[in-house]
Amino acid sequence: MITRRIALATALGFSFATSAAFAQAPAGKVTVVTSFSKDVTDPIKKAFEKAMPGVTLEVQNRNTNAGVKYLEETRANNQVDLFWASAPDAFEVLKGKQLLTAYKPRATGIPEKIGSYPINDPQGFYSGFAASGYGIMWNERYAKANKLPEPKDWQDLAKPVFYDHVSIASPARSGTTHLTIETILQGEGWDKGWRTIKEMSGNFRTITDRSFGVPEAVNSGQVGVGIVIDFFAFSAQASGFPVKFVYPSVTTVVPANVGIVTNAPNKAAAEAFIEFLLSPNGQEVLLEPGIRRLPVNPAVYAKAGADYPNPFTDPRFQKMIGFDVDKSEARTAVVDTLFDQLISFQLDALKGVTKTLHEVDAALARKPNPQAKALADEARSLIAALPVTEVQSASAELRGAFSGAKEKGARQAEVESQWASFARDNYGKAKVKADEALKAAR
Amino acid sequence: MTAILATVSAKRLTATPGQIALALAIAAFLGLFLVLPVATVLYVAFTEKGTSTFTLVNIYDFVRTELFMRSLWNSFYVSAMSVVWASVVALPLAYLTTRFAFRGAALVQTLGFLPLIMPPFVGAVAMQLFFGRNGSVNLLLDDWFDFKIGFMEGLNGVIFVQSVHYFPFILINLSAALRNIDRAMEEAAQNLGSSGFRLFRRIVFPLAMPGYLAGASLVFVKVFDDLATPLLLNVKDMLAPQAYLRVTSIGIADPMGYVISVVLVVASVAAMWLSALALKGRDYSTTQRGGGGLARRVMTPFEAVYGYGVVILILALVLAPHLGLLLLSFATIWSFSPLPDAYTVAHYARVFGESSLYIKNTLIYASIAGGIDIVLGVAIAYLVLRTKLVGREWLDWAASAALAIPGVVLGIGYLRMFYGVTLPDGTPLASFWIMIVLALAIRRLPYALRACHAALQQISVSLEEAAENLGATKARTVRRVVVPLMAGGILAGFVTSFSTAAVELSATLMLVQSNSDAPLAYGLYVFMQSAAGRGPGAALGVVAVLLVALCTFLSQLIIERSQKAKGMGH
Repeated sequence: MITRRIALATALGFSFATSAAFAQAPAGKVTVVTSFSKDVTDPIKKAFEKAMPGVTLEVQNRNTNAGVKYLEETRANNQVDLFWASAPDAFEVLKGKQLLTAYKPRATGIPEKIGSYPINDPQGFYSGFAASGYGIMWNERYAKANKLPEPKDWQDLAKPVFYDHVSIASPARSGTTHLTIETILQGEGWDKGWRTIKEMSGNFRTITDRSFGVPEAVNSGQVGVGIVIDFFAFSAQASGFPVKFVYPSVTTVVPANVGIVTNAPNKAAAEAFIEFLLSPNGQEVLLEPGIRRLPVNPAVYAKAGADYPNPFTDPRFQKMIGFDVDKSEARTAVVDTLFDQLISFQLDALKGVTKTLHEVDAALARKPNPQAKALADEARSLIAALPVTEVQSASAELRGAFSGAKEKGARQAEVESQWASFARDNYGKAKVKADEALKAAR
Repeated sequence: MTAILATVSAKRLTATPGQIALALAIAAFLGLFLVLPVATVLYVAFTEKGTSTFTLVNIYDFVRTELFMRSLWNSFYVSAMSVVWASVVALPLAYLTTRFAFRGAALVQTLGFLPLIMPPFVGAVAMQLFFGRNGSVNLLLDDWFDFKIGFMEGLNGVIFVQSVHYFPFILINLSAALRNIDRAMEEAAQNLGSSGFRLFRRIVFPLAMPGYLAGASLVFVKVFDDLATPLLLNVKDMLAPQAYLRVTSIGIADPMGYVISVVLVVASVAAMWLSALALKGRDYSTTQRGGGGLARRVMTPFEAVYGYGVVILILALVLAPHLGLLLLSFATIWSFSPLPDAYTVAHYARVFGESSLYIKNTLIYASIAGGIDIVLGVAIAYLVLRTKLVGREWLDWAASAALAIPGVVLGIGYLRMFYGVTLPDGTPLASFWIMIVLALAIRRLPYALRACHAALQQISVSLEEAAENLGATKARTVRRVVVPLMAGGILAGFVTSFSTAAVELSATLMLVQSNSDAPLAYGLYVFMQSAAGRGPGAALGVVAVLLVALCTFLSQLIIERSQKAKGMGH
């Protein structure tokens, strides 16, 4: 494995050396498709154009999914030089479709890994330039008014006190939330992980359809607690919103990436942009209050404030779990669809049972009752049950159903319909058990 | 006598070569920029998985899936209820401002129009800050009376927001129709002893029916096909959001998203067809022109208090989101409190530099798109109502179906159709800004078309026959008689198309290739992706609303002027 990587690296290095010898100084327009907001792209554009006179950065803002789709639809006559976004999954998809070109950055001082996650794609198709962790953000005014305690871990969000106060983006719609869900599944295991997720989901107020919908709702106080990527919370704090953020124990830091698009019209300038992002100058821009991402160059943290999270020294980050990208990639569609069919589209039913179970817990706390406890546990197992095992989730057959595979097989709608009725039946049975438990407990 | 009648009807049965050419040109335009691009995306709905053979199994899957059937029913329910509530809001505004000598009628018409131009994202945020679970209203209610009202919860929340958002469709079309009613009809009814509510119910409202139905069918179809509002309120079990959620995520390779889009298109065309059926076999045209619409009555003091009270109450409700937007654009931090913590003008300073470019682009795109729409709208309405060309209704239905096409589907279709075509300088045709304009024109065509259609329905064909009997050619008749008489409806159509095109986002987002070509809505979207961008985004939203409001107000003034001018000549 290691020898292969070295061979690849030398090969890439060689090709770079030859191309560099013939390449001219970068100039002209370099076009980047990105999901980053103006607050992130503007300062970087300004700094880059200052460092590279003669080059202009043209920013096309699209959300991650639309960006991927756009590159796919326009590949015959590509006009884009770079793809620049958070979710590593999107880069894996692009790589799989041969839409990215390998490039080995020359920048120095950047370690192999952040936490336990490799910063760059092993094959060199994309490079990490900033890190982000996932966690819980909450609105202090809202928490005070509703007497919510400070959450510390995922399980806390399943507690009765958080009922109807939590918000998340659908993992099918938000690359970052997908990673959060996958992190929980990898950290706690398939069955236990789903149990945690479903117990948390019983307390959800909303499941939004875009990543920024969650921090927006928490910032404005429409919901109390949100499951978000760290920089949403940090940049909101920097703008003055009364919000706080915590990294739970099962989490991971994942790099946000940049990669050169196949047949880039201005490859020299695209390379120059990557080099700039990874240079100390480019890394320092990430510390700006409106951006607040974690640089991948450890030396840059010297310029950050003392309270700035540093994944290279902070012990919390060293404990974080290793994230298996291949495992995640193999079951992406299945995990996202399970979430939507078992949770998003059955949220009312799930919340109904959860509410009753919270009442049972309250009654049991006043007066213990083994029979009621047993019934409540049965209800919990019914909720936690899954229509798919971990092995099945990565099976070729299920993957085929979701990827529009060329061969015949199960149709996505068919599979979804089965899962939905599985969930509906189970939640219905769980509700009956929970009602019995409540009667017994009272 | 019979001979004359026969020649007249024979004359109306045949179409002139000019009309046929016009019909073919429109069909080609719609085919190239609507039907084909959409077909390149939607054909997947009818193919078998893994192969490209034709199948209906996907339709079967749709009918069998509980979620989709629930969504279909919810969409019907919400659309119908929204029409009801939108009518409740729009009827008094339209009637009071056209029927009475109402001070500031143009202002009321303009303000009543504003909800239609709620900019994407910021509009939603502002509405939540006012009416949301922890919005200003509910925080105050909770503080004073210890209860909250779920304005924005579930299906009823969707109905509330949609009625407030889309009632201007009814208002603007109904007002145009009321202005076109022949005063002689009303006077005749009064001479025969009818007055008050009976006069309105039996004479005025039926005569304005084409305008009302044009607006109501637009509201129905628009609500049926709208995905932004349900998604904003986190209601997912409706049809349009289901299509959108699938087309933009894991379902992109799956036919189901496209099956839902096809269902949306069919339902929308059916709704349009039904509203056409309701008017069939009745004649709404009146011959006399120049009366300047209904007689303006002067209100008694009691009526005046009541009338102004109703108008102010309605406007306060429907303009609350805009007030929220205005506050947001001046707010430093606004979080879990009835009002912002403090105020600043910094957000306007931040957007000042770049907004001029966005404004310029928006004005150019929206006015060209609006212009294309009214030209096509008048032409299609004329062909449908005044000729007997075979298949002329198909032009109408095809254009109306545009309402049901999700913007992202149209955007992808354009990329597929036009990205391979290169311009002389090597750049793809799809990246030329004209494509954005065409996409906007196609998406907003149904609005202008309905307005033009309703306007033409109210004009008696005998006026044209008279002109032709006096020796005018068809073209001259259209230019000198038909179009001037339709002016009110055409302007109404232009204003609706223009202003909604100015805040369109979903197709634009797929087609914008560079910041220098971007319209306001895109600039807004880019700002609204971060916490610090909320204020500047709102500021840009206010700019957009003011811009469109100004254009609307100007055209309202023009309508009033022309009405007065007609009245003077009388």
